[in-house]
Amino acid sequence: MATRLVEVQNLKKWFPIKGGVFGATIASVKAVDEVSFFINQGETLSLVGESGSGKTTTGRTMLKLLQPTGGKIIYKGKDITNLTPNQMRPLRRNMQIMFQDPYGSLNPRMPVGDIIQEPLDVHSIGTRKERRQAVATMMETVGLRPEYEKRYPHEFSGGQRQRIGVARALVINPELLVLDEPISALDVSIQSQIINLLQELQQRLDLTYLFIAHDLAVVRHMSDRVAVMYLGKIVETAENDELFDHPLHPYTQALLSAVPVPDPEVKRERIILQGDVPSPVNPPSGCHFRTRCPYAMPICKEQEPLVIEVAPGHTAACHLLTKK
Amino acid sequence: MDNREVLVDIKNLRTFFYTEDGVVPAVDGIDLSIHRGEVVGLVGESGCGKSVTALSIMRLIPNPPGKIIGGEIFFHGKDLLKKNEEEMRMIRGDKISMIFQEPMTSLNPVYTVGDQISEAITLHQKIDDVEAKRRTVEMLHLVGIPEPERRYSQYPHEMSGGMRQRVMIAMALSSNPELLISDEATTALDVTIQAQILDLMRGLQKKLGMAILIITHNLAVVAEMAETIAIAYAGKIVENASAKEIFKSPRHPYTYGLLASIPKFTEKKTNEPLPAIEGMVPSPYHMPKGCRFNPRCPFATEKCREEEPEILELTPGHLVRCFHPIES
Repeated sequence: MATRLVEVQNLKKWFPIKGGVFGATIASVKAVDEVSFFINQGETLSLVGESGSGKTTTGRTMLKLLQPTGGKIIYKGKDITNLTPNQMRPLRRNMQIMFQDPYGSLNPRMPVGDIIQEPLDVHSIGTRKERRQAVATMMETVGLRPEYEKRYPHEFSGGQRQRIGVARALVINPELLVLDEPISALDVSIQSQIINLLQELQQRLDLTYLFIAHDLAVVRHMSDRVAVMYLGKIVETAENDELFDHPLHPYTQALLSAVPVPDPEVKRERIILQGDVPSPVNPPSGCHFRTRCPYAMPICKEQEPLVIEVAPGHTAACHLLTKK
Repeated sequence: MDNREVLVDIKNLRTFFYTEDGVVPAVDGIDLSIHRGEVVGLVGESGCGKSVTALSIMRLIPNPPGKIIGGEIFFHGKDLLKKNEEEMRMIRGDKISMIFQEPMTSLNPVYTVGDQISEAITLHQKIDDVEAKRRTVEMLHLVGIPEPERRYSQYPHEMSGGMRQRVMIAMALSSNPELLISDEATTALDVTIQAQILDLMRGLQKKLGMAILIITHNLAVVAEMAETIAIAYAGKIVENASAKEIFKSPRHPYTYGLLASIPKFTEKKTNEPLPAIEGMVPSPYHMPKGCRFNPRCPFATEKCREEEPEILELTPGHLVRCFHPIES
């Protein structure tokens, strides 16, 4: 039985919209609304969805980089939802995040050696000499030449910068790494290098990943399990092959069918969704997906579908599944 | 073989940028032909020269620092590079239109989308405003925008990314062009919206019969859309063949490596590493000697490091720039 490293229950993150003369809260953006999932030790859970679905906010709230509006975050059996920043600090060593933008996420005025060393300084780990050594080892691990430690970020290519991002995240030996679109900004031939690096490091260091992505081919290659988000909610969760081979939620089905396949001889049945994703300020009543769903029924407008377990480990929230 | 008339024939196009840091040979020997009604994909990574090729066809290279220093771009048999600005303006946006990646920055935020499309129409056609408005609404309808009359008087910020891209397409097609250039037009869109736009472009191509040059880094997009595919690397076309050929039997090591390195959406998860192409795209200021792919090529020999290969037709319709092409 796999051990659960982290679990979130009914997690909510609402951003207030202020307005009026007195700056009162007039509405909320329900970026993450009642989301539940868990990640086992050593596995990769991918969070997929389109822009605005709340996947990045979910990742950041899970790490408590954003304070949740509601729900629970359980890390190694301990409820960390209401810990203060000071209480969180020792735990932060175990959870790191890596960002999409290899240009915006590195301080341009710091040599990369110092950038990678910073987490060690913040957590006061080791002596000066040990930290330097750890940086050199880490740079080698991610495929950067240690003698480049004096260079600045602008001297590196996008792919190398993502390697710096990986090195910085891993230098303090975390257990959990949130990868927020780590390869989407990279060129095609560089993407596979970073994917390989992330997978190799996961096996070598027994890392647990929350992989946030919109490229479903990469998700299929990287994940153990996949959760699909739409407008702040998880609509379906399943093991990798199960989700890709037997998607149950109409949104997952449409999303998978929309992915272009690099083979001109494959002609796929495509479900073209009409319209755009509605605004998260004013999501549709009942099921959030009903306005674009080809199977929408009267009940979808009235009631929010419950998340049900359709097969072991395969959950989905759709009225079509409860009707039977 | 393709019996259709050749619409665009680019021969040995060279577009360089003269910057303070040195000369960037962004496009350095691009050959490409597009037949009437054909959908051609031009694929490559950043810096391969694909967008500069498009801008060269449109004669929109900012000068300085850029300059088209050589080659020919025949459109209906006449060299566009010999046309003056006045003649070019009659072609641009009329016979040849272009859509870009960022619909928000391509649209003027202070005019309604309807006015912007009408302006494009009246620029090239001698019709009055009422007729232009009628044509605009018709175009908005054609690209699948619901309630086109109401949308006519909306501003770009009132629309979603997918809608804005539809507006751009409506504007580009309003003059009934013979060639539509799409430069990463679906890259910034979500996958379900990308599917909508690609579906729309395919439908409009069938209906209106224009040729499309699709510029993208996404091999899957061209696999779905293009009949012919040209692969660019470091300013040169390295392989050019039918889409089927490119995907079934790539002959250039770069094409082969690129196709092998992308994760396959339809394949089950393995723990095997992807066969990645080592190294990175060369800096435009320091192009490698000989074949530009040689530092990353697993098959490179002494010859590849010294001499530059020519592009050769290995089998009918399949052109490859390599001394050691992969056996088909």
